[in-house]
This record gives sequence, structure tokens and C-alpha cells, in this order.
Amino acid sequence: MNMKTVTTWVDERLAVTAVAELARKKEVPLHRHSIWYYFGGMTLFLFTVQVVTGILLLLYYRPSAENAFESVQFIMTEVQFGWLIRSIHSWSANLMIATLFIHMFSVFFLRAYYPPREITWVSGVALLFVVICFGFSGYLLPWNQLAFFATKVGTEIAGVVPIVGRPILRFLRGGDDVTGATLTRFFGFHVAVLPATATVLIGLHVMLVQLHGMSVPPSLTGKPVKKMKFVPNFLLRDLIGWILAIGALAALAALFPWELGEKADPFAPAPEGIKPEWYFLFMFQTLKFLPAKIWKFDGEVLGIMAFNIVALLLFVVPFVDKAPGSRRNTLIFNSLGIVALLYIVVMTIIGYVT
Amino acid sequence: MFSTKEAGPPTSGAVPSRRSFLDYLLGTSAIATLGAIVYPIFRFMQPPQTVESGENSVVAAKLNELPNNSGKIFKFGNKPGIVVRTETGELKAFSAVCTHLECIVQYRTETKQIWCACHNGQYNLSGKNIGGPPPRPLEEFQVNTRGDDVVVTRS
Repeated sequence: MNMKTVTTWVDERLAVTAVAELARKKEVPLHRHSIWYYFGGMTLFLFTVQVVTGILLLLYYRPSAENAFESVQFIMTEVQFGWLIRSIHSWSANLMIATLFIHMFSVFFLRAYYPPREITWVSGVALLFVVICFGFSGYLLPWNQLAFFATKVGTEIAGVVPIVGRPILRFLRGGDDVTGATLTRFFGFHVAVLPATATVLIGLHVMLVQLHGMSVPPSLTGKPVKKMKFVPNFLLRDLIGWILAIGALAALAALFPWELGEKADPFAPAPEGIKPEWYFLFMFQTLKFLPAKIWKFDGEVLGIMAFNIVALLLFVVPFVDKAPGSRRNTLIFNSLGIVALLYIVVMTIIGYVT
Repeated sequence: MFSTKEAGPPTSGAVPSRRSFLDYLLGTSAIATLGAIVYPIFRFMQPPQTVESGENSVVAAKLNELPNNSGKIFKFGNKPGIVVRTETGELKAFSAVCTHLECIVQYRTETKQIWCACHNGQYNLSGKNIGGPPPRPLEEFQVNTRGDDVVVTRS
């Protein structure tokens, strides 16, 4: 059997040539905003780093209140390169959230959600929330003091939502309090439910990008736009970014290995200066600023409801902005985006320094 | 929905056709089957109610562990409580669960207040919320001494 027969056999069954043909045809528009095209791919790359390091951590991690902290300690001190793998997992998670935010805001400001790309946007926003759930559930797994209180507060926040809040809280905690039952559940979410959901959503998201092609911002329509071949030109540029990311991750993990802290104790007061991860800081600071009562309502309930509403509004952006790129909508949506961005940045800084 | 002119027996008025009857049967069976699958899954996900521990009274501390102007967290059933000895030597006990978002509070000797580190909630020594985001006072317990034991009782 010669090589050609083998190729034909494979091609007849897997349509490799057709896929290769699609890849050859894929082009990336070149203009002054092209830099933002890299952040989606970067987020996906960091996600694969999470999958690989996550599977490695599973070889040693033990998900129970009695063993979790000790098993992470074991990974950090006894397992060869355990400190590296765990630190990369934590750092890559943080960088992934950062690139995801950059990707989302760039898509928002460049109006890349215009028809027929609404579902691409919706699946992207869904992925944002899946990733935040990944962060929240993964944070508890080392079962340390910070994680314990972060989870208590975070699940309690879900609990204050009227009507559905309490059942959701009990579902998340596996009972009324944060206990070993919560850890078991969060572990299940983190390594089974969320990865499955993310895989489906990423598949849909990436497929839609191929289907509709890379969007050219409405501000450039009518103007001639140069194109670059995706394979190999853009892909090689992506690759340089990914290699830089691996370098950055290794450096961060070596210079700032992720701390483990103290083992969770359900009967110890919250430690002084306790703060959530940076991507929750702006919400945390808002909760700190809100007074106990606003008119007849608890301040925190109003604050949490407001964040929930903004989260829901994110999904419907492409359906509200019916004329993306029109002078009026550009003004409205740019202002909204800038206000949101400023709010997040300012509150994060306040949260960080106080 | 379905024409009965050619297929099936003739029908009149409210009598359903055989086709629509079968559709109805199939539809309801499908829904019932789905329900029979989804309901147990849904119930399985709800954690069972744990029985609240019947403890109404607990030895929270020894008197000699509690100098004036100090506080201690103790276990009251499966919830934390805080017992405080004020500057004047008076004993006070409260639930240690912050009414804001359920963090565990602590006694601050400098401010002589009960303080929550999570969102800077403050309570006075009657358990009243006096600063920061907490919406309600801390639940207060009764404190008695029995020899050297500080006994806290749910009122």
C-alpha cells in the first residue's frame, strides 16, 4: 500500500482535504484595530494550559475537607515540579480572565457582534460566566482560610437574590453551610460540569467565527481592507504570542509561586485584610460601600440585583444595538462601555489600595 | 391539523381522529417519561435537610481564658458564636455570623467593638450594627457562669 492510497483512505473518511481547504481560505483583515484579533486565540491557548495543568493536578489532588489542603501541600512540597504545575494553573487562570475581559471589551467597542454575529457574542458572554464559575469553584479547592470565606460570601451573595436565592445557595453549598459537602460539589463542577459546558460553548463559538469570518469594524466598511492569510501568516504570529505566554507563566510561577495559606477553619474569624481575587474586587468594593439600608431594602440586595441585571444586559447587547456603527448608537454604546470600564477600573484600584 | 378525508375513519364533530389521539398519547407519554427522568435528578441535587443540633446550651470558655477586654469564638452546635468580656468585666455572647454575608466576626480590643473583616461591618457590645454594611444586629445569647465555666444559652 503506497502513501497515496493511505492519504486517499483517510481523506475519504475524514475529509481532511476539505478542512485544509477551508483553513487555506481563512483570512484575517488587516487594519489599525487588527491587534485585538489576537486576544480570542490567546484566551483559548490559556484555556488549553488550564486543561493540561488541571489534569496533572488531578493525579494528586484529593477532594475532601480532611485531605484537600494536605494534598495541595503535598503537591507544592513533595511532588516534583508540583509547585510549578499548581502555580501555572493559578497564574494561567488569572491571565485567561484578563485576556477574556480584553477580548470582550474589544469586541464590544469594535461592534464585532453586528448581524449575523449575535450568537457568537451570546456564546462568548456565556463563556465569560463559565470561566468566572471556574475561577470561583477552583478557588475553594485548596480548602484554605481565604477560600473558605470567599466561598461563604460568594454563595451568600447568590442566597440574597429573592425567591430563587435560598434554593440556589443550598444547591451550591450542598447544605446550609460551607462544609466538606460544598468542596465535593465545587470539585464536581470544576472538573466535570464546567469543562463539559465550556467545551460545547467553545466549539460553538469558534465554529461561528469560522462560519461568519473575522468581523471588520463597521467604522471601516466601504474602505478597502487588506487581508492576511490565517495559515500560516496569522497562525505563526499567534504562535509567537503563545510562546511568550508560556514564558510569562513560567516566570510568574517561579518568581511568585501561588501561596497556599492556612487550612480552612469553620470556627475562626475572617482574617484581617481579606480580599477576593482581583476580578471580583470591583463588586467586593461596591458591597463595602453600600449602606445597610437603601430606602426600604437591604443595601447588599440592591447591589447584587444590580450586578445581576448588568450581567443579563450583557447577553442582549447585539439585540439592543440594532444599528451598530450608526452615529447615535456609537455614541450611546461607547459611553456605556467607557462608564462600565471606568467603574471596574476605579473600584478595583480602590479595592486594591484600601 | 391532520386531514381525515383520505386516511382513517370518518370523524364527526368533537370525536378526535385516530391520528390526533395517537399524537396526544405519544406526546403525553414523552412528557411523562421526561418528567420521570428529570424529577429524581432535580431532587437528587437538593441536599437533604440536616437536623439542627438540639444543643441549647454550651460551655463557651473558661473564665480564666477571658481577661477583660477580650473575645473568643466558640462552637455552638454547628455554628460559631462569640463570647466577649467587656472592659468592665461583663460577659456578652452573640452569634458570630455576620448578618451581612455570613463571615465570622471577631472582637477588636482597640475599638472595643465586634468587627467583621470581610466588608468592615461593625457592631457594638449589645450586638447592634453600628457601621458598615450589616443590615441587622447579631443574635444575642444569654451568658451565665457556673464555677469557672462560661455557659452560653440560646434565649
